[in-house]
Amino acid sequence: MTATRALEVNDPALLSFAEEVGERDSGLVAVAGGRTRWGVGGALDPAARVLTAPTGIVDYVPDEMTVRVRAGTTVAELHAALAEQGQRTGLPERGGTVGGAVAVGENSMFVLGRGRVREAVLQVRYVSDQGRIITGGGPTVKNVTGFDIPRLMVGALGTLGCLAEFILRTNPIPALTRWLVSDNVDPFAILDTVLQPGAILWDGRQTWVQLEGHPPGVEAEQRRLEAIGSFTETKGPPETPTHRWSLKPSELADAAQFGDQPWLASIGVGTVWASQPQPHRPLDPGVQALTDRVSEQFDPANRLNPGRRPGVSNPTGGS
Amino acid sequence: MAGFLGSVRRRITPQGLRDAQQDAAADPVVRLLSDALSADRVRIDGAHRSLHGHDASVFDGGVSGPVCYPTSTEEVQAIMRIAKEHKRNIVPRGAGTGLAGGAIPLGAPIVVAVTKMNRILEVDVENRVAWVEPGVINLDLTKHLQPLGFHFAPDPSSQQVCTIGGNVANNSGGPHCLAYGVTNSHVLAIEVVLPSGDAVMLGGVDAEPAGLDLRGAFIGSEGTLGIATRVCVRLTPNPPAVKTLLLSFASIGDAASTVSSIIADGIVPAALEVMDQRITQAVENYVQAGYPTDAGAVLLAEVDGLAESIEVDAERIAQIGREQGALEVRVAADEAERAALWKGRKTAFGAVAQIAPDYYLHDTVVPRSALADVLEKVYEIAERHDLTVVNVFHAGDGNLHPLLAFDARKEGVLDRVHAAGAEILRVCLDAGGVLSGEHGIGLEKQKFMDEFFTDDDLEHQNRLRQSFDPGCRTNPGKVIPTGHSCADIAALKRVSNEVWV
Ligand SMILES: Cc1cc2nc3c(=O)[nH]c(=O)nc-3n(C[C@H](O)[C@H](O)[C@H](O)COP(=O)(O)OP(=O)(O)OC[C@H]3O[C@@H](n4cnc5c(N)ncnc54)[C@H](O)[C@@H]3O)c2cc1C
Repeated sequence: MTATRALEVNDPALLSFAEEVGERDSGLVAVAGGRTRWGVGGALDPAARVLTAPTGIVDYVPDEMTVRVRAGTTVAELHAALAEQGQRTGLPERGGTVGGAVAVGENSMFVLGRGRVREAVLQVRYVSDQGRIITGGGPTVKNVTGFDIPRLMVGALGTLGCLAEFILRTNPIPALTRWLVSDNVDPFAILDTVLQPGAILWDGRQTWVQLEGHPPGVEAEQRRLEAIGSFTETKGPPETPTHRWSLKPSELADAAQFGDQPWLASIGVGTVWASQPQPHRPLDPGVQALTDRVSEQFDPANRLNPGRRPGVSNPTGGS
Repeated sequence: MAGFLGSVRRRITPQGLRDAQQDAAADPVVRLLSDALSADRVRIDGAHRSLHGHDASVFDGGVSGPVCYPTSTEEVQAIMRIAKEHKRNIVPRGAGTGLAGGAIPLGAPIVVAVTKMNRILEVDVENRVAWVEPGVINLDLTKHLQPLGFHFAPDPSSQQVCTIGGNVANNSGGPHCLAYGVTNSHVLAIEVVLPSGDAVMLGGVDAEPAGLDLRGAFIGSEGTLGIATRVCVRLTPNPPAVKTLLLSFASIGDAASTVSSIIADGIVPAALEVMDQRITQAVENYVQAGYPTDAGAVLLAEVDGLAESIEVDAERIAQIGREQGALEVRVAADEAERAALWKGRKTAFGAVAQIAPDYYLHDTVVPRSALADVLEKVYEIAERHDLTVVNVFHAGDGNLHPLLAFDARKEGVLDRVHAAGAEILRVCLDAGGVLSGEHGIGLEKQKFMDEFFTDDDLEHQNRLRQSFDPGCRTNPGKVIPTGHSCADIAALKRVSNEVWV
């Protein structure tokens, strides 16, 4: 091992976070981000000590299209810094922290254009049930060194480790973003018309389309859209109802299931924001058993974010 | 595979094979496997076991136990249950093109070759997915999807032979993964037969499948967490327009700085591939692809998407190239010219045979801004060890493939190849790189894992391993270095002493 390659983490912010989490006998701990999705995955055990994760952008190299950021940083702060260099990430912007966004794992409304949260995380550092700082993944945009621990942390609700720091992939912000709305287009025909929309949203009456790219490309896509419906330019997407559903893209056509209150469906993706919760979908027993074994391995004392159970959620709200 | 240090592979004598076959015939497990499948799909003959003793890596082969060819999930489950019951290890296997020794059997395990599970089960255009069996060959899937206007985006250079199951296990990439992402971005669900024999469906086609991303954890696990028996892949629409540019430079350093300037400019090309002069000349000799042989390096840049948009990107790439001193910027005039350029790139490894009879292909990733600097060191290391190195690589994501070409018959050359390889790896790590970009850890890089991860990090990787495979019977001895991984070593010793010599 050479001197230039220090494997042990020496960031004081991470070390003191690890100390706060403590060893296995240090009792129940939970981490609060922006509390924007606090209810996801079930109620937190009230006996848990609630911590906050370290904050701050540690290292941003725009030319490399990666950023190292501590988990407690808000997505808004991160994206503001990235935007100065014409970049962004796939994390959703809804008031929360980077760690919260990764722990919950819900994608942004613009997932078609920006990619999934799970694809944005290149490296993760978390504090283990034993108070140790663990690194998974690596700093480069392509990497198959060892098991894919970053993927396991996305959507785990902090039950496998207290998220402390990430290296995220950034993407260029396209030169032009345009929102169009139509009340006579077949929303399901759009994916066959437009090559790479940022989002297609449908509320049963109107359809919103986000186009992004170089201006000549956006103009050309708009012309193709206008051949299948009439569109007008608009400022942005509509408000989203509070409950989040996850369906197959093909299941969106059956709109009756969303109830008679307002809803908004993400065409080509399968997310629906509805006024009522999605009927409960239990995990397959085999997958549940495997999930339990993973939890048992990573946190045998069940002390990290106790009460939360990935997959048992009935999530509400948010875009 | 010719050229892969064939001469250093362990030679198994015909007598040795006959003895092993007799042992095998007497093995009760073979009878159970034959009952569960059929006698002709459980092979114990020497030829089969020898063939399945190695993969496309440089390693001495292992000795395989019975080689099973299941045709259904149920049969894979039956194999797993027999293996569990009789405490035998198993090794999943696709086409055997892996370059890190992932499919090499250690301790005479049962080899489960999924090559007969090769049906494309369903193409669901509405959800833009296809369900396939793991033995489907990568290029066959793309050819099947082509008339529908789609393709499977990961395109490893081995795509004419490698399997989707192998792609999943190694999280494989390819030239066009720069813009589209590697296998992980293109697999939505996987049916896995666990070491317990239970089959589970990980992931799903819905927007955000509930629970842990066990699908993501399985991808890239190199056959150590179970056997993939069905894979749901995402369909990628064929781009309406493609432009391929060939830029030539006086030095590989200029080509590398052009690559990092293109990325820094916010352009995400479909592919950015670099070849140095030595390999370019070999390729030209081999397939006459139209590359300039007098340049120090060539950069193959491809943009795809909307005709209106790629025009802008192609223009900008050409401009950046000229700013970086490109000797020539050529845009492929038609599909024939484009196809020729790609044929040249994809047959580069085949062309190496003209340089030397054997080669060792490395695989690491460095930050793109470090490419020029690291390449300089790679040439310096090779020279110091008196070896020939050629570089042909996925430059856009910093994925280096230094290829050491040599003649294994020469005294002491292998030691120099290994010493140079280790030095190259350390230079990459020092530059902020990682151990592997697409070939995986397998057997090859285990010993370097603790130069990248701490003991605690490795212990956590083992936690994941243990939750899928508590007995450590699925592809034991791979990825996680010995000493960090469950009962691997003890298990290997036990089995090899039992029946299979
Ligand atoms: C000339 C050449 C060029 C190459 N180019 C590239 C490239 O551009 N990009 C790249 O990423 N790789 C490349 N490779 C490496 C290799 O082709 C890939 O890793 C490929 O995905 C392996 O597929 P396979 O079917 O041959 O798998 P195998 O070699 O048979 O197996 C590889 C690993 O996967 C496991 N495995 C196989 N099937 C299953 C299954 N169904 N379930 C669970 N585990 C399984 C095995 O146990 C083993 O660990 C190249 C190899 C060669 C020889």
